[in-house]
Amino acid sequence: MAMEDPDRKTEVVLLACGSFNPITNMHLRLFELAKDYLHETGKYKVIKGIISPVGDAYKKKGLISANHRVTMAKLATKNSDWVEVDDWESCQSEWLETLKVLRYHHQKLLSADVTNSLQHTVPITKLGRKRKQEQNSHEPVKKKNQSPVVKSVPQVKLLCGSDMLESFGVPNLWKLEDITEIVEKHGLVCISRAGNNVQKFIYESDILWRHKNNIHLVEEWITNDISSTKIRRALRRGQSIRYLVPDVVRAYIEKNRLYSPESEDRNAGVVLAPFQKHASDPKSSQALSN
Amino acid sequence: MRNRIPVILLACGSFNPITNMHMRLFELARDHLHQTGRYQVIEGIMSPVSDSYGKKGLVSARHRVTMAKLALETSDWIRVDPWESEQDTWTETVKVLRHHYNEALRAFQSKKEFTRNKHPTESSTGNSLSCQQPVLPELKLLCGADFLQTFKTPNLWKEEDIEEIVGKFGLVCISRVGSDPSQFIQESDLLSKFQHNIFLTTVSWDGDKLLCVQNGEKEGRGWTQWIEGDEMHLEIRVCGVTCKQVFKKVQ
Repeated sequence: MAMEDPDRKTEVVLLACGSFNPITNMHLRLFELAKDYLHETGKYKVIKGIISPVGDAYKKKGLISANHRVTMAKLATKNSDWVEVDDWESCQSEWLETLKVLRYHHQKLLSADVTNSLQHTVPITKLGRKRKQEQNSHEPVKKKNQSPVVKSVPQVKLLCGSDMLESFGVPNLWKLEDITEIVEKHGLVCISRAGNNVQKFIYESDILWRHKNNIHLVEEWITNDISSTKIRRALRRGQSIRYLVPDVVRAYIEKNRLYSPESEDRNAGVVLAPFQKHASDPKSSQALSN
Repeated sequence: MRNRIPVILLACGSFNPITNMHMRLFELARDHLHQTGRYQVIEGIMSPVSDSYGKKGLVSARHRVTMAKLALETSDWIRVDPWESEQDTWTETVKVLRHHYNEALRAFQSKKEFTRNKHPTESSTGNSLSCQQPVLPELKLLCGADFLQTFKTPNLWKEEDIEEIVGKFGLVCISRVGSDPSQFIQESDLLSKFQHNIFLTTVSWDGDKLLCVQNGEKEGRGWTQWIEGDEMHLEIRVCGVTCKQVFKKVQ
């Protein structure tokens, strides 16, 4: 029987969904904070970080074209050895629920994992041969590289700030069954500041409380007040955004003149895609807190 | 750009190590001074303190200067000056200001000689400052509110030094929403005497309105901005006079 290595850590991929309009140093910090936290528990090993910018069909006010947002995120992560940008979500013609993006990346991770396992557990000889050797072996202790590798299933966890977690409570924004599957099957790593209401928010919801072991709350001690909204505002006012976003991103924004009062007015008056989608669905207005 | 006073910003500190926050101070100060319409920031100088300052945890000046140089590699207006860090003994801030002022004065005087000796038709184009008689730059100390607060600590500062810093040179203090350096200045006889040379800007949300308070040469300066439907209201105040303008959204 194969023994599961108690020292074996669960592999985790951190997935951040959002507008990234534009990406800022704060977004990049979320990944660093989450990785540090998960490693410090001794139970996880973060193998990858994924930035998944939302598609234009989200229709958020001020959202500029996905092409630019994806390009800026790629520039920002150019020198990172573990955080990358995935444009699958942004390429979809319709808005996709976050759960669908999580499922997609989870599936991708599982298929990649299966391929890897096959490559690593089979030694130079063929499978059949190996089994034969083991049966004939009188060695009580198997050599380490010959024992079958059993890893716990790698996980994709949603990385977010407290604002996203608290948005679970906004009526018709999320489907209750989606929230349940996110916290039950995947997990959440939520970065927030001291003195926030996140713990209370989790306490007041039976669903979140039930899965609180899968909701990792990380304190941001070195506070970082940078938000994309403030960046766009500074740009409209001709103020410097230097040292708030990676320099390459700043240069790209300047070169392409991306943010202006006009761009901020995009989608004004348009209903946000999830509201549009869930408007007719009675299940969506189920309350999160009880 | 004409008639704007050229300003050099000087930031003293440990820079142990330099961070994005330090560099933001420069960007915020420059934006602010430019928006007053009266100043043109021509240079930013970062002056790391020398090892003899004896602060706990201070790593060697060599490293602190190198890190600052690396951080400012791509900046086209801020630079590191190692003079202070190379002194044998700790140098009072006012002396650092004086040193850099004298350097700027020297540069100004040689520029003046140069333009005076130039043939009129050979005057350089582009830089409006060199087309005219060069204007003597002002050197201002750049700091955060915590630095300003240290003026309160007994025996830390000599009164005549504070007078020289705020009176002769000037201070640009960046503070966070929530702290109140303006009150601190009011409470200090010494500082309030030189209010005209201490520039503070705080911008904060006042409900749904954006409130800006500019403490500097003019009393009661600031503005409030808010949205009412399709209109943006802007109220500008200075010396007890209020101006109001309503902007209509372009359809």
